[in-house]
Amino acid sequence: MTPETIDQIFVLSKGWLLGYVLAALQPIGSAILSVVPVLVVFPLLFAITTVLERKGLGRIQNRYGPNRVGPYGIWQPIADGIKSLTKEDIVPRTADQVVHFLAPLLLVLAAFLAYAVLPIGKNMVITNLNAGLLFFFAVGSMVELAVFMAGWSSRSKYSLLGAMRAVAQMISYEVPLVLASIVVIMASGSLSTVDIVNMQATYTGIWPHWFLFTPWGFAGFILFMVAATAESNRAPFDLPEAESELVAGYHTEYSSMKFAMFYMAEYANMITVACVATLLFFGGASSPFGHLIPAFGGPIVQAILPVLWFVFKVFCFLFLYIWVRATLPRFRYDQLMGFGWKFLLPLAMLNIIATSLVLAFRG
Amino acid sequence: MLGVGILKGLAETARNFLGSYVSKDRLTTFQFPEERAPRIEASRNFPFLVYDGADWHEGMRCVSCLICEKECPPKCIFIEKSTDKKPDATGKPQFYPTTFSIDVSVCMSCQICVEVCPFNAIKMDVDFEQSTSDRFGDLLWNKERLAKSNEYYREIHPTEAAAVDAELAEARAKAAGAKAAAAPVKPVSGVAEEK
Repeated sequence: MTPETIDQIFVLSKGWLLGYVLAALQPIGSAILSVVPVLVVFPLLFAITTVLERKGLGRIQNRYGPNRVGPYGIWQPIADGIKSLTKEDIVPRTADQVVHFLAPLLLVLAAFLAYAVLPIGKNMVITNLNAGLLFFFAVGSMVELAVFMAGWSSRSKYSLLGAMRAVAQMISYEVPLVLASIVVIMASGSLSTVDIVNMQATYTGIWPHWFLFTPWGFAGFILFMVAATAESNRAPFDLPEAESELVAGYHTEYSSMKFAMFYMAEYANMITVACVATLLFFGGASSPFGHLIPAFGGPIVQAILPVLWFVFKVFCFLFLYIWVRATLPRFRYDQLMGFGWKFLLPLAMLNIIATSLVLAFRG
Repeated sequence: MLGVGILKGLAETARNFLGSYVSKDRLTTFQFPEERAPRIEASRNFPFLVYDGADWHEGMRCVSCLICEKECPPKCIFIEKSTDKKPDATGKPQFYPTTFSIDVSVCMSCQICVEVCPFNAIKMDVDFEQSTSDRFGDLLWNKERLAKSNEYYREIHPTEAAAVDAELAEARAKAAGAKAAAAPVKPVSGVAEEK
């Protein structure tokens, strides 16, 4: 194996496995082999994130955080999972049974569909859609539908209020979210996530050509992160949940595994957004040091290094989320709307105009 | 400037985050079953019945006056008065409780029973680990379980116990004096009782 192909080990092994499948079944086999790792890795990432969040918040508040289940509490998500699975599933008698049941499923589905277009390494993407970014935003809108289904079908005032807040907030912040990422599309001239990453994976000396290091890219990144935080209902934009006001918001009437699914969807959204931020502004799976650093470690390290870079960047974003959550208090509702429409949206527009001028005059 | 407050806040939380790994003093929580916070003397949780001497039944100070049962705000004390009498803490023949039970799950640790008790018979304990998996058998504590020695009381609340001991010693001395005085002349005892 040549060094050029060593980082393709996952792709090659998939091809090797497909060789044993009947030719007629190969498309479906290929799909399964691509989807299953995603369905394994990202829930695992969700589990790790929950325990990291609890430990991180604990440390920020000068506590230890969970430290009882296993060494340093690392098996805590397993205990939580078993608890969620074995608890009684209570559905309100007056709830719309069908919609109440479908809402968490749809939410998780929407959250996981977005992973279809996220390349976590070279050639490691489920589908390289030529409008991948558009697909991501379109799927992101499905979340609103699921959230409102949950709030409406529960027949509870808290659920309904939470769902109304959630939908209003998500729709408001989707606009600056899309506008903030438009600058990247303008600069790269492509909607495909793979192309966007490839464009950033070039270097001037040690300096990678990430969009973050351009003025418009930096501004876009800040706007994107703020809007994305609101989009994934994280603190300080966690009004839809607002446990001190609304019990739990739109998932008040959910229990047991359905409740866990809401949490899973929320964290999946958080991870998706962190992935997209990595892809758009931080060069995806490309190394920040370029080719200057000679290959170190064995072939196995080389093979998984791009994936490790990607995961490392994503975890940096996740830590940022946790850090911000521990720092900032919740917005008031009018502040939230004012911030979205009167501050983020004009700034995002301004950024687009500035970028287009720069790109036009640079030729 | 816009966002400076956010950055300051982030710096503060980062300082806490990193500081908690550097200095143990920052971590204010106790890892409970292994380490415990030092108890403050006046802490209280659940009442117990004080007895003097070695035998809990003979030495029990309670005279079954039922004041605590009546005063208890959540009504968690259940007393049945005896028909015969036994000597109390000062040696006087008194009734005693045949049944004295307190419901752990109902008690709200208000200490009103202690405040109203004229005989220093009921005091507050500091043991807070009373959880049980048997909700029918193990939450209604009977007389035997509630009885704890005066030595134990001295151990958990030394200052309070010393005051109570002094008070009781005075009462006992007075009773002994009255008895000694009452033996020869009748009218003197009447004066002593008035005081």
